[in-house]
Amino acid sequence: MSITVQFFASLREQVGKQQTTLDYESPTNVLTVWSRASDGTTMPDNTLCAINMEYVKPDTMVADGDEVAFFPPVTGG
Amino acid sequence: MPAILLDKPFNPWDEIQAFQQDQLQSGHYGATTSFVGTMRDFNIDDSVSHMTLEHYPAMTQHFLDKLCLQCNERYALDDCLIIHRFGDIRPGEPIVLTAAWSAHRAPSFDACRFLMEELKSHAPFWKKEITENGERWVHNDQKSDEQ
Repeated sequence: MSITVQFFASLREQVGKQQTTLDYESPTNVLTVWSRASDGTTMPDNTLCAINMEYVKPDTMVADGDEVAFFPPVTGG
Repeated sequence: MPAILLDKPFNPWDEIQAFQQDQLQSGHYGATTSFVGTMRDFNIDDSVSHMTLEHYPAMTQHFLDKLCLQCNERYALDDCLIIHRFGDIRPGEPIVLTAAWSAHRAPSFDACRFLMEELKSHAPFWKKEITENGERWVHNDQKSDEQ
């Protein structure tokens, strides 16, 4: 299965990439996607995760075609 | 019940008036509550020359559209409106407008606050300030950033 991964704001700068695509042959979760996409960087405690524009927890399983996003706490408004 | 994302300055009062004329029935609502968040030229004891407001475009639109729907379901409203900037913003420019219309005052007061609190807690925007000491991301534990 193919997963698109996006990083935003300070996490994009920390990881050094905005977007990447990963292929998996077995089921995997969001935390594992982070680890591979960020080249083994430890996920900061306050990281927020989303799948297909909805907030999820790091142990949520991903599915083929999902867009997984990682970003810091939000500061809009 | 629109949520609008803009990359250029807007006049919140013109937007309120236009929305009332185009989307609402005159005489049907008796209360209008609005909140306008405007960029300051200082934060945490530093002068801020401007800021860049980054967002996650698809998720931001999805989140704000859903928030407007939830707000209309939760409160007895005629309608509500969110307008939010992104991109480069200068001090004095409005960043966000939330507005709610209802027959009586309580739902519009409550709905306007609900929109703003949910937006500040969950909408995927991130502020980067440009100060005389360089650039910095704003953190949500910086109390002086509260509008």
